[in-house]
Amino acid sequence: MSVIDTISVFICSGCEIGTCLDCSGLEKIARENTDVTKVVVHDRLCHEEGLDLIREGILENPGSSVLIAACSPRIKTTEFSFGSEIQLERVNIREQVVYCQPAGEEDTQMMAEDYLRMGMAKLKFTQLPTAFIPEITCMDILVVGGGITGLTSALEGANAGYSVVLIEKEESLGGFLKNLNKTIPNKAPWVKEQKNDIDSTISEVIHHEGIRVITGSKIESIGGQPGDFTVSVSNNDQVVTFKVGSIVAATGWKPYNPNKLEKFGYGSSLDIISNHEAEEAMKNGVLLRRSDGMVPKSVLFVQCAGSRDPDHLPYCSSICCGTSLKQAKIIREQHPETSVFLIYKDIRMPGMLEQYYKEVQKDSRIFLTKGIVEKVVVSEKQLSVEVSESLIDEDISIPVDMVILATGMVPNDSKELNLAYRQGPGLPELKYEFSDSHFICFPYETRRTGIYAAGAMRAPMGISDSQTDARGAVMKAVQLIESVKKGGAVHPRSGDRSYPQLYMQRCTDCKRCTEECPFGMYDETEKGTPLPNPTRCRRCGICMGSCPERIISFEDFSIQSVSAMIKSIYVPDEFEEKPRILAFVCENDAYPAFDMAGMKRLQYSAFIRIIPVRCIGSINKIWISDALSQGFDGIMQIGCKPGDDYQCHFIQGSELTETRGENIQETLQTMMLEPERIRTEFVEINEFDRIPEIINDYIEEIELIGPNPFKEI
Amino acid sequence: MLERLPILVIGAGMSGITAAVEAAEAGLSVILLEKLPYIGGNAISMNRYFPKMCPPYCGMEINFRRIKDNPLISLMVSTEVSSVFEQDDSFAVELVSAPEYVNSNCTLCGDCVEVCKAEMKDVFNRSMSSKKAIYHPHDLAFPERYVIDDASCLYDRCNACFETCRYDAINLEAKPKETELIVGSIILATGWEGFDPAEVPDYSFGKHPDILTNLMMERISAPNGSTMGKILCHETQKAPKKIAFIHCVGSRDENHLPYCSGVCCSASLKQALHAVEVLPEVEVSLHYIDLRVSGRNEDFLSKIQDHPRIRLIKGKVSKVNTNTNNKELEFVAEDIESGKKLTYDADMLVLATGLIPNQSAVEGLLPKQRSYLDYYSLPDGVKMAGCAIQPMDISASVKSATGASLLGFRRKEE
Repeated sequence: MSVIDTISVFICSGCEIGTCLDCSGLEKIARENTDVTKVVVHDRLCHEEGLDLIREGILENPGSSVLIAACSPRIKTTEFSFGSEIQLERVNIREQVVYCQPAGEEDTQMMAEDYLRMGMAKLKFTQLPTAFIPEITCMDILVVGGGITGLTSALEGANAGYSVVLIEKEESLGGFLKNLNKTIPNKAPWVKEQKNDIDSTISEVIHHEGIRVITGSKIESIGGQPGDFTVSVSNNDQVVTFKVGSIVAATGWKPYNPNKLEKFGYGSSLDIISNHEAEEAMKNGVLLRRSDGMVPKSVLFVQCAGSRDPDHLPYCSSICCGTSLKQAKIIREQHPETSVFLIYKDIRMPGMLEQYYKEVQKDSRIFLTKGIVEKVVVSEKQLSVEVSESLIDEDISIPVDMVILATGMVPNDSKELNLAYRQGPGLPELKYEFSDSHFICFPYETRRTGIYAAGAMRAPMGISDSQTDARGAVMKAVQLIESVKKGGAVHPRSGDRSYPQLYMQRCTDCKRCTEECPFGMYDETEKGTPLPNPTRCRRCGICMGSCPERIISFEDFSIQSVSAMIKSIYVPDEFEEKPRILAFVCENDAYPAFDMAGMKRLQYSAFIRIIPVRCIGSINKIWISDALSQGFDGIMQIGCKPGDDYQCHFIQGSELTETRGENIQETLQTMMLEPERIRTEFVEINEFDRIPEIINDYIEEIELIGPNPFKEI
Repeated sequence: MLERLPILVIGAGMSGITAAVEAAEAGLSVILLEKLPYIGGNAISMNRYFPKMCPPYCGMEINFRRIKDNPLISLMVSTEVSSVFEQDDSFAVELVSAPEYVNSNCTLCGDCVEVCKAEMKDVFNRSMSSKKAIYHPHDLAFPERYVIDDASCLYDRCNACFETCRYDAINLEAKPKETELIVGSIILATGWEGFDPAEVPDYSFGKHPDILTNLMMERISAPNGSTMGKILCHETQKAPKKIAFIHCVGSRDENHLPYCSGVCCSASLKQALHAVEVLPEVEVSLHYIDLRVSGRNEDFLSKIQDHPRIRLIKGKVSKVNTNTNNKELEFVAEDIESGKKLTYDADMLVLATGLIPNQSAVEGLLPKQRSYLDYYSLPDGVKMAGCAIQPMDISASVKSATGASLLGFRRKEE
């Protein structure tokens, strides 16, 4: 499959490489390879004179690929970059050989020689990726949801110069904010409620020439792929279909159903109301008792009504503290004779909002008390709130005229998006039905490429945070379109032009790829044949790892290229002195940890050979059986932590190695090999100090088990 | 298509890096500026992030790769803005870069460190350890090269590093460099600095080596920190038996920071959880006013509430006493729930100091009399991102910075 016939090899002898290794030995290994037309050893390859030699080599042999055996491919990237037309392979003989092995030893030399062979073998089966670029990339952005998040996204996207279609299921725009009276402050001096300016935002959206607004409409389906989504929208019986390039999902939230809060008496008295009902009353006039239309002499807020409660919403809804403080302040303005109580677990007014909290505290008729509301007892004309663990006394009972339940936020169901995806109509959820994924470092990376969740559908948040989130999400939507247009992937392999290519003739419709792709890249026919959507792909290679028929490969990372690397490794027959362990290592986290271990000169066994992979989920079973039949005594897969707090950048890669484990054990059984011949380890990027221990422990274990019997065959 | 002028991003912490890569991946050119010789800001000095307890290097590695791979980003480290002039639809900016004593020829071989004769405090480890005057800032430091500290280097009185370097990477006579640029927009991602707890004398910071700030706690917890991740009392070099955290040091205090620093509650919970994980005997108490851990991080709080060796005590600490006989630290704190003032002891005290938005970096762009988050009054074409606006966590900083990078698409109002 290779189109590259020749390789120019450049070996650096600087940075202890030349004193630790026999570079002429390496040169000899390179020259033995018939594809190699040029070998250069230089002691400062990354300097101008070294780089000149490489550039000369490239000019001499146009189309030749370049192998640089020197430091880690993670460094000197600016120096060792010769344009996108050059197939470049970097072999790490510094951090992962010279820095972690004793100088001048035979085993150290063998390690370096193997890495050089592996690099050459890889190049033989590697091509420059030919990007997938849709014939037409649609540049429009769809925003789903006309609340503050959707409105902000639409405006910001349109102001950046992109056409936006905004769809809202209700007849009018504004979402939840329409129901609000005043809002808590979002700017200095942080002490005064602000006018709710949702109407001016709506008007700005409606009059913006770059935004097309569709209200009262439902999404029937969203199919296709980033850069080329097909959206069908229905309004009554009319269905319109149009194309968009990317999507911001801002489907918002609904209040927690107060009917579920029986212990707080909701439903048993007209004077026990939710914060949303209170808000509506205060927007339309003054707050009065519903039972008799009288001014309440005392009002009590029950904070966390449903939130922070494992029986209801286990999370904090984030906005209710601010909302109740605001409502308390407005009640006191409407009814100066009324006393207000607020029973809380913690008052959560982070950042500058603290100053608003302080402002509310100035009012001596607003009583704020930590405690747990046990129940609200309803008697004839009076409500009585029973509070435990209060700071005033163990258990107290507060008689009041009115109770307001600060109910929390529940995300709307992302299934409203009606994605025509094999993996389902909604966005995958992280927890508690919020559509989210890598929420710390990469909060916009949903598992549906090109669809960016924003606002309260992905985490509880207030107005300001929703606006901030909306701007970020639409920026990602813009970026997606620009990336698709150029044929590059988006995060985490930003700009990667490779994409999975399938040799369909050999597909058995086993559906493993369509099920295992964390990003829902594959749809499938009724028969179960995979239908790839390349721009949904994030290039992790998990589908390549899943395929029992080995029909999925990338041009620069393939079943063949890795198999060739494995086969190029010299496995000595003599086990006693030279067992061999093959380690597949996640290139995002474990590989840098190996580099750092090297930089710290931590020493570990010279019997290991490392193959970096995009994700340990991309490891195909064939590589494991290849290695075992070749005589490798043990195989390691070293990746990121799985589980609730997963660190895998492709979300499910590490988890899959566990579910695929059974399959692999079967392979071992059929080969009559011990289950310990394969080990999976999870290493965090900063756990470089664990590397020697992990490697050496495994070698010890393998030495106990003894040699792989396939060695002698 | 309109030819757009580049965006200048000032500050390359989590927010600045994010703003730069997100803009560049959308096709905009970016100049990313950092005053320190390495990028990653305060975030990269953290041991772990809450609530996932994951290492910052993990996301940073990806972001650094995004920077390395993207020709639209020009990174300038050890560089500060000396002036900004607004003109028509753009900004003329003057930058000054510190002398480049070590250039990009550096291969990180480390020979220079061996021969360097000058030592200094390691500020990356919050001055709790020392290092040579020529140093690698930290394990994942990017750009990947050694740095010479101006104040500590002996220059021509020593010359050892210069003489030993085999790669022509050192020039001890390098001079500061000035650069002039025209940019279309500016993102201020200048980050934050920690509140100095010495301003609250009652907490006795500086009077006892085991009274630490939360930032110091990060560095004694981190595997690449001052103690290689071992949490030890300074004098005994033994693991502490009792660690106490004092929340809201500086924050929520009219005399100091009138706002809540937003992240310290979660950070203390994280540090407490880390401590009980690595020290099987330690007892931890946290003295808080309110536990401000919002959203899904509530799960994180529940995990801590359920831990048998962590106690959460609502109440302010009034006084820390270092003059005790048995060398342990004593402090007086209220326990609001029991209504009593009690005396507690601990052998390590962590002060959860607040965050101060760093808005001083660019004189002339910000109004003199500011209250934090006055960013509505910034000139057209300038935006703030992340903790320069107000204290926020990593996730919020990333969101803020991603949105701010839209600024690069700004066009002149007709």
